[in-house]
Amino acid sequence: MKRVKRRYLALQLDSDGVPSRKEFLDAIWGAVTKLYGEHGASLTSLALIDYDLERKTAVLRTSLATLNLVRASLASITSVAGSEAAVHVMAVSGTIKALHKKAR
Amino acid sequence: MSGSGVAAVKRVFTDLHFCLNVKDAAAALRMVNKAATLGYGLVAVPFATEARVDEVAGLRAVCGEAGVDFASRVDLRPRTQNELMRQVRRLRRKFEVVCVSCENKAVARQAAKDRRVDLLSFPLLDFRRRFFDRAEAELASNSLAALEVDMKPLLVLEGPARVRLLSSLRREVAVARKFGVPVVVSSGVSKELLLRKPREMAALAFLFGLDEVSGLDAVSQSAKAIVERNRAKLRSGFVAPGVRVVKEGRDC
Repeated sequence: MKRVKRRYLALQLDSDGVPSRKEFLDAIWGAVTKLYGEHGASLTSLALIDYDLERKTAVLRTSLATLNLVRASLASITSVAGSEAAVHVMAVSGTIKALHKKAR
Repeated sequence: MSGSGVAAVKRVFTDLHFCLNVKDAAAALRMVNKAATLGYGLVAVPFATEARVDEVAGLRAVCGEAGVDFASRVDLRPRTQNELMRQVRRLRRKFEVVCVSCENKAVARQAAKDRRVDLLSFPLLDFRRRFFDRAEAELASNSLAALEVDMKPLLVLEGPARVRLLSSLRREVAVARKFGVPVVVSSGVSKELLLRKPREMAALAFLFGLDEVSGLDAVSQSAKAIVERNRAKLRSGFVAPGVRVVKEGRDC
């Protein structure tokens, strides 16, 4: 079976409020589902690896095949947990180690 | 230097529809700083047709403070072809970017064939008045006009309205690419939290059929080329495309 290639995205949340991990993940899933539907969302293999509440940064994992789809969905997020927000992609990498180097 | 021996040119990311409140300098500075942080090197700010020179100079200074290049833009909303011609004649040399909002087909056709028009924009929600079809694209391909796509409605709309907008944009962008009409992606936003990084704009452009490279071109090269072309035309030595006065006087 062919190995599924993954990509890790370093995210920066730009928002007045401080959403919880669940609220942040809900916003991402909501954006993906809104744009691509449940079938499209199921192909992304999204997982929130890390979420720093204080610095409002996160690490998200997705499959390489759906990277563009996820990037578009993240760019379409305008609110998280009811308050206006934007999610910016700071770096994309194939490993978490390289991601931290890039995002620094 | 890349492996092929060709120097890689760094993209200057450009937002040709960067809405600022001319009267609120503090808010304008915040927005421009945000644009600089997100990676924009050039922003074009729309002004009213009767904008004063000091208003334009004020915003130019604000952008200079933030290290972002500034271009002035005017949005024309003529109701007839004659009105369009009159407005373009009067305003072309005052602004670096001229955009025409095409409210009817006659205006759209005239704007597409007028070489003084830089951007063609269409009503976002009235889908029957989006006149960018094959005929319009053919006219635009023979002039210098580009198709402008604002990202703001893609961010704020939801449900069927966004679906219809995406469908229209996908069709229009396909027609534009077929006829070689440049596509310019701009933000059209006036709030900081609706600003997106250039790469995120390209990612959103993926939704209506622009691949990664074309999407990045739409927020950099295509947009910047318009400003550079017009700046060259607005310089005092400009005579015609490719011809400019280098030296004047008896010793020439």
